[in-house]
Amino acid sequence: MKDDIIIRAEGVKKYYNGGEIKALDGVDAEVGRGEVVVIIGPSGSGKSTFLRCLNLLEKPTGGTIYFEGTDITDPKCNINLHRQKMGMVFQHFNLFPHMTILKNMTIAPTRLLGKSKSDAEAQAMDLLKRVGLEDRAKAYPNQLSGGQKQRIAIVRALCMDPEVMLFDEPTSALDPEMVGEVLDVMKQLAAEGMTMAVVTHEMGFAREVGDRVIFMDYGKIVEENTPAELFANPKSERLQQFLAKVL
Amino acid sequence: MSKVMEQWLASAPSWILEGPEWLNTLLYKLFKCFIYDDRYMMLLKGLKNTLILTFFALLIGLVLGVVVSLIRFTWDEQHTEMRGSGKVILGIANAISKVYLTVIRGTPVVVQIMIMFFVIFASSRNKILVGCLSFGINSGAYVAEIIRGGIMSIDRGQTEAGRSLGFGYVPTMRHIILPQAFKNVLPALVNEFIVLLKETAVVGYIGLADLTYAGNTIGGNTYEYLYPLLAVAIVYLAFVMVLTWLLGKLERRLRSSER
Repeated sequence: MKDDIIIRAEGVKKYYNGGEIKALDGVDAEVGRGEVVVIIGPSGSGKSTFLRCLNLLEKPTGGTIYFEGTDITDPKCNINLHRQKMGMVFQHFNLFPHMTILKNMTIAPTRLLGKSKSDAEAQAMDLLKRVGLEDRAKAYPNQLSGGQKQRIAIVRALCMDPEVMLFDEPTSALDPEMVGEVLDVMKQLAAEGMTMAVVTHEMGFAREVGDRVIFMDYGKIVEENTPAELFANPKSERLQQFLAKVL
Repeated sequence: MSKVMEQWLASAPSWILEGPEWLNTLLYKLFKCFIYDDRYMMLLKGLKNTLILTFFALLIGLVLGVVVSLIRFTWDEQHTEMRGSGKVILGIANAISKVYLTVIRGTPVVVQIMIMFFVIFASSRNKILVGCLSFGINSGAYVAEIIRGGIMSIDRGQTEAGRSLGFGYVPTMRHIILPQAFKNVLPALVNEFIVLLKETAVVGYIGLADLTYAGNTIGGNTYEYLYPLLAVAIVYLAFVMVLTWLLGKLERRLRSSER
């Protein structure tokens, strides 16, 4: 396996009710180092399920997922160690409401990576400055706006120095005027060379930032191409219909 | 003339004895119930036993409750994904927990404590130990279900966020889920502690002299039930009020972070 491939998914399946519902029906995909892969598709197409399979938040029914060359679907594999290197950002932020912003950001590096409190806090403050929220370090999540929460969620994941960042519809739960501030942080991250897999409905983001766009429907990858090509010349009928609705 | 009356006449100040009839009677009865023969000491010793019982039962109940709720919750959440010996051990623990919850919640505490004292620990005469253990085991069943409800009330996203950062199941529970669950169930736990404090009153069935038992004994000795039982009731009420007030303060402090 090439070592510039960070994640490789082979024939990933996710069935519910013993095969009655096929959320994922054999998905093959790769994410290369430094690459931004954007996954689009109608709701119920399996795109979020696929993303959540990549760090095993969803356990695939079948197929294999390699992370940096290790088969993480192997039951003997210690998934917790691999998850430390896969940051994840959720639609509903999932900040810890009983901790300050600073504590949200430092609890994982101090407890899991053995960083000292002062090192972790210095790194957290640095990241907070980058997203313009250094004055909220002592605040609690419920005192922030949605856009601020999501920016904190992104830097919380970055505190673990991940190899790859997974974004699960990061702007879908935001008020429209807050979408921009979150996308800006993601664009900045992409520009710095972070490897990213992004499930989103923001076609503008896919077109502008994506290196590659994957279109999924009915639990399968229907089409996969560079954004310029995929948006300008959709080949499959289903993608054409989808783009006609969303663009 | 009775000994009580003799002492009363000897020790009461003359302005009372010469005062109005009703005041004279009232103070004489209070003297008889609480002062004569140092009877207030019975109440104090009883109160001491009640507080010891409540405190240790509360501790045992909390520990048992947390353990049992975690076993029940973890089994319900995880057993489909587990395999091997871990699954077998957790399955057995879960089955034991279910039996425990059914039996303890399905039988009166007074029956439980009598079975404990007269059957299971028949060879032990340590009433206070058996009492603490019985009430602790009883309380644990209720605390377990309260805490399990609290854990289930926490959004799945919290677990997912913890796991996605690389925390294992146990650290995620410990640092992320349980602190939030505990905060949510605090009112229900306070309720359970209040019930526990008052429930220890049935310990008299195994002859341990708690607060209620002391009040009853004084009543029996003096044929004067109103004052000792009123005193007992006031002491319980005072403790419940202080407990409610203290935990209300704690609750407000925990909640302050969420505004």
